[in-house]
Amino acid sequence: MKEQNLADLEASFNEKLKQDIRIEPKDWMPDAYRKTLIRQISQHAHSEIVGMLPEGNWITRAPNLRRKAVLLAKVQDEAGHGQYLYSAMETLGFSREQSIDDMHTGKAKYSSIFNYPTLTWADMGAVGWLVDGAAIMNQVPLCRTSYGPYARAMVRICKEESFHQRQGYEIMCTLMKGSEEQKAMAQDALNRFWWPALMMFGPSDAESTHTQQSIDWKIKRHTNDELRQMFVDASVPQAELIGLTLPDKDLKWNEERGHYDFGAIDWEEFKQVVSGNGPCNAERIATRLKAKEDGLWVREAAMAHAEKKKAKKAS
Amino acid sequence: MKNNLFTYTLRIADDSLILGQRLSEWCGHGPIIEEDIALSNIALDLIGQATNLLEYAAQVEDKGRTADDLAFLRFEHQYLNTQLIEQKNGDFAVTIVRQWIFDTFRLPFYEALQHSADKQLAAIAEKSLKETKYHWKHSSEWIIRMGDGTEESNKRVNDALILLWKFSDELFYMDDVDQALISQGIAIDLETLRPAFNERIQFVLQEATLQLPDSKWKLSGGRQGRHTEHFGHLIAEMQYMQRAYPNMEW
Ligand SMILES: [Fe+2]
Ligand SMILES: [Fe+2]
Ligand SMILES: [Fe+2]
Repeated sequence: MKEQNLADLEASFNEKLKQDIRIEPKDWMPDAYRKTLIRQISQHAHSEIVGMLPEGNWITRAPNLRRKAVLLAKVQDEAGHGQYLYSAMETLGFSREQSIDDMHTGKAKYSSIFNYPTLTWADMGAVGWLVDGAAIMNQVPLCRTSYGPYARAMVRICKEESFHQRQGYEIMCTLMKGSEEQKAMAQDALNRFWWPALMMFGPSDAESTHTQQSIDWKIKRHTNDELRQMFVDASVPQAELIGLTLPDKDLKWNEERGHYDFGAIDWEEFKQVVSGNGPCNAERIATRLKAKEDGLWVREAAMAHAEKKKAKKAS
Repeated sequence: MKNNLFTYTLRIADDSLILGQRLSEWCGHGPIIEEDIALSNIALDLIGQATNLLEYAAQVEDKGRTADDLAFLRFEHQYLNTQLIEQKNGDFAVTIVRQWIFDTFRLPFYEALQHSADKQLAAIAEKSLKETKYHWKHSSEWIIRMGDGTEESNKRVNDALILLWKFSDELFYMDDVDQALISQGIAIDLETLRPAFNERIQFVLQEATLQLPDSKWKLSGGRQGRHTEHFGHLIAEMQYMQRAYPNMEW
């Protein structure tokens, strides 16, 4: 009887996937599906929040009033993205707090790109253009992901990410129209961020442990390598248009494939950065941990006041 | 007259600019995500107000300087914000108390300024007033939460009041610049704002179970360009790009 029941539930879950009907929080779902989503959504949420730090690093030094406001608004958007994503994750029965603690202990990951430093103003251009650009490649297909709350969060987020991408590219355009110093600054930022941006799509398909199952569940719609290729194909003409050179001597158009061929990614670097040895890993975690610890008394005060108010009302 | 209007506008602008700069230091470091968003929002509003006001100041001055020149290329003693505004962020209590004192002043100030005989200032005040209402609500609610929260939060907000209250009186600073413009219906006689300011302060303190510090000592100087020690660091950071790479487009 019970087994029959489970089989029915599973069949109806699979039927929904087949018909592209969204899975909603109250629907039955396989445990592994739930776990995969929690892992992916929390990783995405952490990336938004940790991702505030490298760009936040330049808000107080932005070169003019307009850039300051735009950058501040952008970083604020990322906080909003983190907030929606944590909410989407919480519909799966996993708390924001637990998940943040997991990030602080290193159990949960965030995108390795945010472990690279932002050294000059041009990095605000490179990060917007390439990092938000890579995020869009990854995330546009997620607007059709099978889990309802995640898909809906992604629709909202993607609109803002594409705005960020355009702003970043516009910073690069402005620099490339400027002085020799500005052009050099832009090229240097591209040199430092290009390869880490390619790594954002994750390990190659041959190495990726999660891809096939995620595609079967319609959580993912493309493999890592497919997305990476799309990103390279989109970025090359953008770089050429404004006179930037991608730091890859093997990059060339392949007529037969209809795509750009590109050089080998340094997967050892990727592995090291993911496992905690990047230039800023320790600092990023320490900063987030400090915000959490410094904020503890604030959160406690808010809770205590709310309790007192409730008690007053009741009496 | 032109000079007075320029100085008057700059004083308002610099309070917004420097507080916006200070608040933006919080971005990514707030006690909860929601507060990161709220503080960034307030910072954005203030930077927006500063931009409008500095554009107007540049226009009034009419010497070819832009809003960005005024924001990024003055020396320390040429900034006219009150000393309250430039105080370091400290902990969340210090940031909120600084904000709350300022918002409580800004609210009646903009209410009055929207009727200024200077149409441009009146329009900026009207737009900024909407934002300031939200800022005041936000900071007041936090004063109450902290005051009425835990023992620790009560102590922290109380310490912040002791630290910052002595700077509050400078918000009401007036000199010849104000007098000249008051007679033309442009500037606000700040003395007339005191009752509304005091009433709002007392109302929130009572809810928060807090009291003003006993000391009546006052500090000031910012309106005449005399600042506190950490102000130079704030300016150094803010001006870095414009000083390091002069005359470039960004
Ligand atoms: Fe984002
Ligand atoms: Fe994202
Ligand atoms: Fe973004």
